[in-house]
Amino acid sequence: MTHPLRGSSAVVGIGLTEFGDLPGKTAIEVLAEASHNALADAGLTLRDVDGLFTSSMERVFHPLQVCEYLGVQPKVIDGTNIGGSAFVNCVHTAAMAIATGECEVALICYGSISRSNRKNKVRGANPNAGALHMSEYQSRQPIVSYAMAAARHMYQYGTTREQLSHVAVSARQWAMKNPRAEMRDPLTVEEVSNARLICDPFTLFDCCLVSDAGAAIVMTSAERAKDFPHKPVYLLGIGTAITHDQIGQMPDLTVTAAAQSGPRAFAMAEMKPSDIDVAEFYDAFTINTLLFLEDLGFVPKGEAGPFVADGNIAPGGSLPVNTNGGGLSCVHPGMYGMFVTIEAVEQLRGGCGERQIDGAQVALANGNGGVLSSQVTAIYGTDETL
Amino acid sequence: MADSASSPFAGDGPELTFRKGLDSGEFKIQKCNDCGSTIYYPRAVCNHCGSANYSWHTASGNGTVYSTSVERTPPEKGGNQNLAIIDLEEGGRLMSRVVDIDPTEVKIGMAVKAFIGEIGGTKLILFRPA
Ligand SMILES: [Zn+2]
Repeated sequence: MTHPLRGSSAVVGIGLTEFGDLPGKTAIEVLAEASHNALADAGLTLRDVDGLFTSSMERVFHPLQVCEYLGVQPKVIDGTNIGGSAFVNCVHTAAMAIATGECEVALICYGSISRSNRKNKVRGANPNAGALHMSEYQSRQPIVSYAMAAARHMYQYGTTREQLSHVAVSARQWAMKNPRAEMRDPLTVEEVSNARLICDPFTLFDCCLVSDAGAAIVMTSAERAKDFPHKPVYLLGIGTAITHDQIGQMPDLTVTAAAQSGPRAFAMAEMKPSDIDVAEFYDAFTINTLLFLEDLGFVPKGEAGPFVADGNIAPGGSLPVNTNGGGLSCVHPGMYGMFVTIEAVEQLRGGCGERQIDGAQVALANGNGGVLSSQVTAIYGTDETL
Repeated sequence: MADSASSPFAGDGPELTFRKGLDSGEFKIQKCNDCGSTIYYPRAVCNHCGSANYSWHTASGNGTVYSTSVERTPPEKGGNQNLAIIDLEEGGRLMSRVVDIDPTEVKIGMAVKAFIGEIGGTKLILFRPA
């Protein structure tokens, strides 16, 4: 029997701000700009919003502030913070709220000035504070956690330094086709491998950017979605899974919760990995891309390194991954989750210019949160896939 | 309702019991009386089966490096530091640091031994090569 959420809701509006340095702006201003843009893209205004979904690293009562600031009094609200995947998790809860009639127009929104804050030495909330039996070690989070996942993958499966570098190079090759991407200079495997070590085995180029940016999407019911300016992008399947908070409690550093969220999303969508035309992963670090290729079933466990080194995820490869350039080369505010969704939607709308995947009808977006802690996998399709 | 004296939640919480152990030089670890799993870090319920029925033991301190990294820092800012995930002999896993060795020489699979150390005034479990 078809899952009741399959194809029941759609993304009808997307909004972005400029990426990079946004001096003179606050995080909530950036969020508001992206929200305004997403609603305008859908031909709506803030007055139409009756469901609000957001998350932030900046403030405990962030959802309240967003509603107050935007002047929205939603019937449904979700501000759950499960890390950067929160915004794909928001798609999950928004879809449930829309399918049950609890709300009609869901705004999912995010804004951050991570780079400006770093420049101005403004310290945001420390995600390590309160991590049980971990925060007192004063480790360099989150980088070192992902680095240890990479080290374990290399030990267990023979994944190489060069294969990690190919992830960064593939992302850069896509970014070079995206006028919005922050990093558009050519990058070689040697440059990545020989760059300054941050946390072994990671060099500078294994790590994502730190950006100022905002992003928002608008979702509504599939029924209503037909009447919007852009062709709707339907949510076909979605799954959420969590394995841990801190890296020391991750059951297996080489297997993420995407091994659970992925199969759930595929089952709901009634699809398999080979049905995916384009995949957008939260690549906070190069190892993420390898882990998600394996855990989502695109390649068997342990084989993502050679797969990437063979050029499969780069432009012209068999499976286009992170076609916007990803968190490594396009944009990465504190939480990147919204951007995997937006690139998936843009690819299915067909307006990606030089980086457009011809005839893309099914896109996968995988949000990652914490230190590989939470994974939310969403599968989107055009109306032909309903 | 269970009377409070027989409740597994009576008295000090497991966190305080663990911390008191560290203060007296003991690395205490919980074992679930229902499923037999080691519970680490300390918890009020077993994270393997949900039971609140556990007992305390002294950990052997024997561990194996499950993964490792080096936090690269210039010498003038404190120098490189090891960070590792250690599998305890009894079961259970924790993030810690392996010290008294060149941080780059810590390898996956290496045998390590726990000791009670201190970072920033907080007592905690650290490791050195066995
Ligand atoms: Zn148990």
